[in-house]
Amino acid sequence: MSDRDAVTAQNVVKAFGQGKASVRALDDVSLTIRKGEFFTLLGPSGCGKTTLLRLIAGFEMPTSGTILLDGQDVTDLPPNRRPVNTVFQSYALFPHLTVRENVGFALKMQGRKAAEIDDRTNQMLALVKLETLAERKTAQLSGGQQQRVALARALAPQPKVLLLDEPLSALDLKLRKEMQTELKRLQKETGITFVFVTHDQEEALTMSDRVAVMSAGKLQQVAPPRDIYTAPVNRFVADFIGETNFLAASPVPGGMRLGCGAIIAATGDGPVLTIRPEQVQIVPAETPGAIPATVDGLVYLGTDMHAHLRLSDGEALTARLPLPPGGDAGLAVGDRAAVTFAPGAARLIRD
Amino acid sequence: MSRAEDKQARDSARNGWLLSAPALTLLTFAAAGPLLIVLVYSFLQKGDYGNVIWEFSLDGWVGILFSRDIFDGTLGLADAHLTIFWRSVKLSLLTTLITFALGFPTAWFIATRPPTERAGWLFLITIPFWTNLLIRTFAIGEILRSEGLVNSALMALGVIETPIQMLYTDGAVLVGMAYVYLPLMVLPLYAAIERFDMRLLEAGYDLYASRTQVLRNVILPIVRPGIVAGSILVFVPSLGAYVTPRVLGGGKNMMIGNFIELQFGQGRNWPLGAALSMTLLVIVTVALLFYVRAVNRGASGGGHG
Repeated sequence: MSDRDAVTAQNVVKAFGQGKASVRALDDVSLTIRKGEFFTLLGPSGCGKTTLLRLIAGFEMPTSGTILLDGQDVTDLPPNRRPVNTVFQSYALFPHLTVRENVGFALKMQGRKAAEIDDRTNQMLALVKLETLAERKTAQLSGGQQQRVALARALAPQPKVLLLDEPLSALDLKLRKEMQTELKRLQKETGITFVFVTHDQEEALTMSDRVAVMSAGKLQQVAPPRDIYTAPVNRFVADFIGETNFLAASPVPGGMRLGCGAIIAATGDGPVLTIRPEQVQIVPAETPGAIPATVDGLVYLGTDMHAHLRLSDGEALTARLPLPPGGDAGLAVGDRAAVTFAPGAARLIRD
Repeated sequence: MSRAEDKQARDSARNGWLLSAPALTLLTFAAAGPLLIVLVYSFLQKGDYGNVIWEFSLDGWVGILFSRDIFDGTLGLADAHLTIFWRSVKLSLLTTLITFALGFPTAWFIATRPPTERAGWLFLITIPFWTNLLIRTFAIGEILRSEGLVNSALMALGVIETPIQMLYTDGAVLVGMAYVYLPLMVLPLYAAIERFDMRLLEAGYDLYASRTQVLRNVILPIVRPGIVAGSILVFVPSLGAYVTPRVLGGGKNMMIGNFIELQFGQGRNWPLGAALSMTLLVIVTVALLFYVRAVNRGASGGGHG
């Protein structure tokens, strides 16, 4: 425990239900989130990420384990006595209050002076650029504007940690991109620790300082986005983050032997061989040292193209090809080709 | 607007009127007609054996607040009448308060059950409506009377030695009215709470509100329309209540409704009865206007304070 830590979870277990019907939403999770960090909990639905967030907020009490905020044990404190605020997935804005009253709500509940509430509310409205809508009721706002109100409302009392529960999932793609940038800016400007829950891996990779990948109530890997992507620790993380080719292979002297007989060099340790599609290069069919393959299918993605290949033993392999101007990769379904892998691209990981 | 659109708009307006015509006709004759008769009667002279004499007179209206001395014929303030008005308003307000205090937790309980169970609970709330009001009221009388259930039990337990006079008191009327009108409070409250987004509770707690603060600053302002509707549904019929004060209050604890009946019966003073009816109508209208203003203020001004 150091004073650089904003949130610490120690051996947290959360079970729902009784006896045999009980389900472990969180299974012995230990985690440290540092001050000023943009920390993301990433995983598929039902992985326990929202439960962990709700435990930090105080909406749920852990079955066992301890939660510390800023070095203080808050495990038994109700939400209104924890120095954290939440941006809810549904925003949960108060429909009977104006934007201004929503933003000032927490300060009013804390019994701050009217002048202080006014000042702080104005600052927050400026921060999220909503000054002109301050006197509106929240139902009159667009989704993006409601999102900003929810942010301003949660930031107004200057929490030690801001919890964000999939706040962007209700927005359309363009607005979501805008809000991602906006969130990063807010986090930099306020210096507040953000704990962000999402199932969108791209969102997690672009915004976070560190990402915790969760599955089935357990932490799979906690690392900066780049490590998560380039060095996933196990099959789940490799599969969930981005796209990956999993190839059957057996260790032989000098590398790994694929099903088609080719032997390639691989780094890492474990039984599963992975290669990211963008690390697969397609070369002319008779290139020496390349592994022969046939083109099974082509999927045009705009920025690039996915080529679904088949190796000589029938194993599938996907390659991601950058497209030249004009968008023609020079490949057709049924073409014979060959593939090579960039050095270090083939990685062995745990199952 | 094009001609086709214009025609469509006119058609739908005409259809609307046609559809509501039967109800409107009924309302006009059944509500406005009698009301008009009552209004006219209130300005006539009373006949000696009931009925009215067709001569203009303000005696009915004067009689609401003043009574003529039997011996010297001077007008004096009718204390008894004022007592009845005051009792009616007081008991109606108290009934509204009691039904709210009992009804809100009940409605909250029902609205927070799983959706499949709610219908069952609501069904239970409506059971009292199955029996005639008069019978239910007499049943309460049975419980409250000197030899009734409550007194017998208390005496058997040795808590009291002589029966407590409960029947024929304001308290008995209050108990009866609170019982009769409780469902009318619960149902609109339930409707409002059922629409309440429970996630707002978490938002409230998250933003440092205590339980009481959440109740005052989040729940009550948002379910306010239900509170207002329930209060109107309880207060208005309470004010005009007849059966309950008659059976449980006896002759001494009259409310406006009983007083009006008295004028058309033994009192043989139809104009006074008519004027009293109109007065009751005015009180109810004023109360409703007050409520409506309260709702509108809540809807536009943020609704707290």
